[in-house]
Amino acid sequence: MIWVEKQRNIIDFTISSLFRRKGKIAALTAVYTLIVFILASVIFFTSAIRREASLILRDAPEIVVQRLVAGRHDLIPLSYAERIREIRGVQAVSGRLWGYYYDPVYGANYTLVVPVDFPHPPGNIVIGDGLKRSSGATRDDIFPLRSHDGAMIPFIIKETISAASDLITADTILISEEDFRSLFGIAGGYATDLTLKVRNPKELSTIARKIGMIYPDTRPISRDEILRTYESVFDWRGGMMIVVLSGSVLAFVIFAWDKATGLSAEEKKEIGILKGLGWETSDVLLMKFWEGTAVSLSSFLMGILLAYCHVFFTASTLFEPALKGWSVIYPDFRLTPFIDPLQVANLFFLTVIPYTVATIAPSWRAATIDPDAVMRG
Amino acid sequence: MLIELKEIKKTYNQGRPNEHIALGGISLSIDEGLLTVLKGPSGSGKTTLLSILGCMARPTAGRIMLREREITSLPERFLTEIRRSTFGFIFQQFNLIKGISALENVMVPAYPRGEKRHILKEKAGHLLELFNISHKASARIEWLSGGEAQRVTIARALINDPMALIADEPTAHLDTRLSLEFMEIMGRLKGEGKTLLIASHDPIVYNSAVVDRLVEMRDGMLVATGSG
Repeated sequence: MIWVEKQRNIIDFTISSLFRRKGKIAALTAVYTLIVFILASVIFFTSAIRREASLILRDAPEIVVQRLVAGRHDLIPLSYAERIREIRGVQAVSGRLWGYYYDPVYGANYTLVVPVDFPHPPGNIVIGDGLKRSSGATRDDIFPLRSHDGAMIPFIIKETISAASDLITADTILISEEDFRSLFGIAGGYATDLTLKVRNPKELSTIARKIGMIYPDTRPISRDEILRTYESVFDWRGGMMIVVLSGSVLAFVIFAWDKATGLSAEEKKEIGILKGLGWETSDVLLMKFWEGTAVSLSSFLMGILLAYCHVFFTASTLFEPALKGWSVIYPDFRLTPFIDPLQVANLFFLTVIPYTVATIAPSWRAATIDPDAVMRG
Repeated sequence: MLIELKEIKKTYNQGRPNEHIALGGISLSIDEGLLTVLKGPSGSGKTTLLSILGCMARPTAGRIMLREREITSLPERFLTEIRRSTFGFIFQQFNLIKGISALENVMVPAYPRGEKRHILKEKAGHLLELFNISHKASARIEWLSGGEAQRVTIARALINDPMALIADEPTAHLDTRLSLEFMEIMGRLKGEGKTLLIASHDPIVYNSAVVDRLVEMRDGMLVATGSG
């Protein structure tokens, strides 16, 4: 009980001590909060977006088989599906039709996809939200696309894809198989790639190897490989942000170090008085510990909270272009709040702990002075 | 007997070119409940002797007994504890902490003891009342006059209810009226059974009627002791 009361008394004194140096503490807290805010925003964004991508890809096929001609991706004959289906462990094989389309009007790349059950008759399309925003086209508007032979085909927009999956579908156009084939000039017996359903995930590598043996001109890609590609893309973006921001982080470290380690003459005198009045060296250090903790912990929590609001409520407005864009059409979406506790812990250990130590260290010397120094003035 | 010093020597910067012998072998005993004044010119060793009597500094040689118990070589932690519970200090420069209230200043020495805050607050308020300064309890220390600051210092020295009060040149920054008032307060505390030790070269202090014993010092040695 005495221990608790002692801590309370010293914390109370620390707080009133902090209020006496309002200007210095406010400046320090503001810069500290800003740094935590920036770092936490990057961390929150990248981990949430990776999670988002993995959630979307969860329903993706286990294996995608592409055909390569001289190392270049080419259309795959649907007849390949027959022999692949016979491989033990393969549940289903189907051809998939999709392709990129460059629109010179908007300078943007669209991804045209033929879904399994496209609900609309030929001549109709469904567009992603990003595309809707950039083109200004709405439902029942005509959306012309130039076909392989140069003719303009007027499509009618039937609906737009919901924003929940905007990360992947911002630049997507869903189209019927018939329209897709006539637009790109793809004959009936061909598909962009083949998708496989596999019963046992442990058999994936064996199946992929067998496909490679049967059709040496194909390249099987597993879902995990796609996931890894996405992850590395987002990690790279986050890493790039950190590199850009490392200058400001360094500036903060110098600033914090200077502010935290330099004891003013007033502070040194105060430590002398406390020692003279019967405070032990450990009591003085305890006070400095609480002082460092109060500044760093409150800045940390404030920075984390602001970053959370920034990333999950305002859709990372501040560094949207750097973190999100891989196309002219930026996705506009709200990420599902997701925080990786390990990364937050990392940030905590990289900011709060060093700062607290930096506050205590210089006080150590001041606190070990003889208490009679205060008598001698 | 409260404190007994045996052949106390104190040398600063020992073995260096700027070596200074502050005390050259002093034996002295301080009785409980009496007001003792250490008198002497500047540099005579009064402050050093007070520091050693108040367990603030260690002697270079000699022994210190507190109520017959040898405390000379106790580690800092124990010495701090003894100092906190046995002595209250009144410094020449007041040494109040700026930016916080008078009340909080009075409470500061008691914080490491872990007493409940509301009890501590009550105690500090009572002490300020005792010295007619309770109306300034919430005032910042830098807004107080010299006399008011002095009274806050006395209240602070008493917060841990010490057996003895140690004051170093307490009237150095006070005018005659306030100096007389200070000695009157000392007399009152002596009446309550406190042991008082004052270092001063102010005639108002050492000629005061409340002084029981006068110890004269010069060049780090005792010159004479007598009753006040």
